[in-house]
Amino acid sequence: MKFEGKVIKYGDNVDTDVIIPARYLNTSDEKELAKHCMEDIDKDFAGKVAPGDIMLGGKNFGCGSSREHAPIAIKASGISCVIAESFARIFYRNAINIGLPILECPEIKKAEDGDILSVDLDSGSIRNITKHEEYFSAPFPPFMQGIMQKNGLIGYIKSGLEAKNE
Amino acid sequence: MGMTMTQKILASHAGLPSVVSGQLIEAKTDMVLGNDITAPVAIREFLKIGISDVFDKAKIALVPDHFTPNKDIKSAEQAKVMREFAREKGIINYFEVGEMGIEHALLPEKGLVVPGELVIGADSHTCTYGALGAFSTGVGSTDMAGAMATGTVWLKVPEAMRFQLTGTLRPWVSGKDVILYIIGKIGVDGALYRSMEFVGEGVASLSMDDRFTIANMAIEAGAKNGIFPVDDKTRAYVKEHGGRSFVEFTADDDAEYAETIEIDLSEIEPTVAFPHLPENTKTVREAGDVPIDQVVIGSCTNGRIGDLRAAAKVLEGKKVKVRTIIIPATQKIYLDAMAEGLIKIFIDAGAAVSTPTCGPCLGGHMGILAAGERCVATTNRNFVGRMGHPESEVYLASPAVAAASAVAGKIAQP
Repeated sequence: MKFEGKVIKYGDNVDTDVIIPARYLNTSDEKELAKHCMEDIDKDFAGKVAPGDIMLGGKNFGCGSSREHAPIAIKASGISCVIAESFARIFYRNAINIGLPILECPEIKKAEDGDILSVDLDSGSIRNITKHEEYFSAPFPPFMQGIMQKNGLIGYIKSGLEAKNE
Repeated sequence: MGMTMTQKILASHAGLPSVVSGQLIEAKTDMVLGNDITAPVAIREFLKIGISDVFDKAKIALVPDHFTPNKDIKSAEQAKVMREFAREKGIINYFEVGEMGIEHALLPEKGLVVPGELVIGADSHTCTYGALGAFSTGVGSTDMAGAMATGTVWLKVPEAMRFQLTGTLRPWVSGKDVILYIIGKIGVDGALYRSMEFVGEGVASLSMDDRFTIANMAIEAGAKNGIFPVDDKTRAYVKEHGGRSFVEFTADDDAEYAETIEIDLSEIEPTVAFPHLPENTKTVREAGDVPIDQVVIGSCTNGRIGDLRAAAKVLEGKKVKVRTIIIPATQKIYLDAMAEGLIKIFIDAGAAVSTPTCGPCLGGHMGILAAGERCVATTNRNFVGRMGHPESEVYLASPAVAAASAVAGKIAQP
């Protein structure tokens, strides 16, 4: 899987309360959630995000609540991939489980808001086209690649059950 | 190479003789938990799998506690999705308003989690049950859906940080101060992907309520789980709450730890976490003059009877200066607090007492903050906008500090 998109960059410890505030958790409609994504730290986000854009974070991205509404809101807003120096663990598994590509890469701090990145999920290569740089992320273990290929955990479980029944 | 306590529980649930950190395993779940916010998403995903029954009707717990009693029409619709699913699938552990409590106080109280078990919950504070010597961790709704279907979950075996506790707590210092002190020391990602194993002679002096509070906030240091060894207090707690028979796991003598941190409990002072991260801690002595607008005492972190007793000890015969909301975490705790006269102390002091709900902790209802307002809360997160307006502020503290602050109208020492 390959993506190319413009960087929207945030700092360390971006928590799931700011990704999608709890006052909007009385719905699980993804379009509704996307409208309010990031609004408490970046009220312009919903207006400026373009399909394919890449969200960058610093350390411990997605900390706090386990709300899957957070990666759902990011995915529904059109973000193709989230790259951070490190991720909080529940956000990390939620992103994989819903099929939102996510890469851990300490070097990503070199990229800046507005840079164009080209990401190759299979090799873990992240090319910064604007800055003519390349960063590397460890590729997914095969088990997680399997989940991503089935567009998330539900597809993965379904195909496992189907295989069993054949 | 030996295994940590967490690794032993994981190995036993994966049907493996041993596991090592970093290993990906598929483990059997003893309890799968969801609430009125996370379960509706899980139910939607479960239905996509296309099987008719859940893996075990007795091993799923559904607790409407976040936006209940329903705060608005949309929340009512979500609670309805969960209620109807519970009815249709014959889920045994569904707790309706009137018998429910905040999930992480409720499950141990009902004997639904016992030592040595593996529990996942679509709520980050599921790590609370580590206080009982169980492996428990927060996951997302899709994980919950998968586990409701298959009774299994994929997990990466964590390495562990060992917290060697010595000494005993000083008066007015509680489990909340201990965990805030630790998070202040290691940071909000200080235990990222790791388990926090609390051991040492200091453990014995901690009450079960203190242990629940400490394990509850392991996630606030980024941990996968927090866990305590099983001792006489744990066994007595499980017996009192009618829990099933259980297996006790202990760490091997040659278990490997990524780090060992010594904590002298007698050195810890009443502590407050300033906005907007739980790691921004100061002792109450160092807090300076911080006038406040509201106090909340409750939540899965600090809504247990020991917490209410500590608050009542401070509030007895006093009057609060700011609006104060006290929320017993379960109906049983509410009744116990009434029987002990605590509710009268709270109301005489000018506090409001509410039916169990997570409400204000996550900015849902029952105490939302306006722009510029400050709240001292016994909850677990003080992120931007957590309890209301993005320009409001939350200061995390123990029930005793929160009660003293309510009386003083500013952050204060009990």
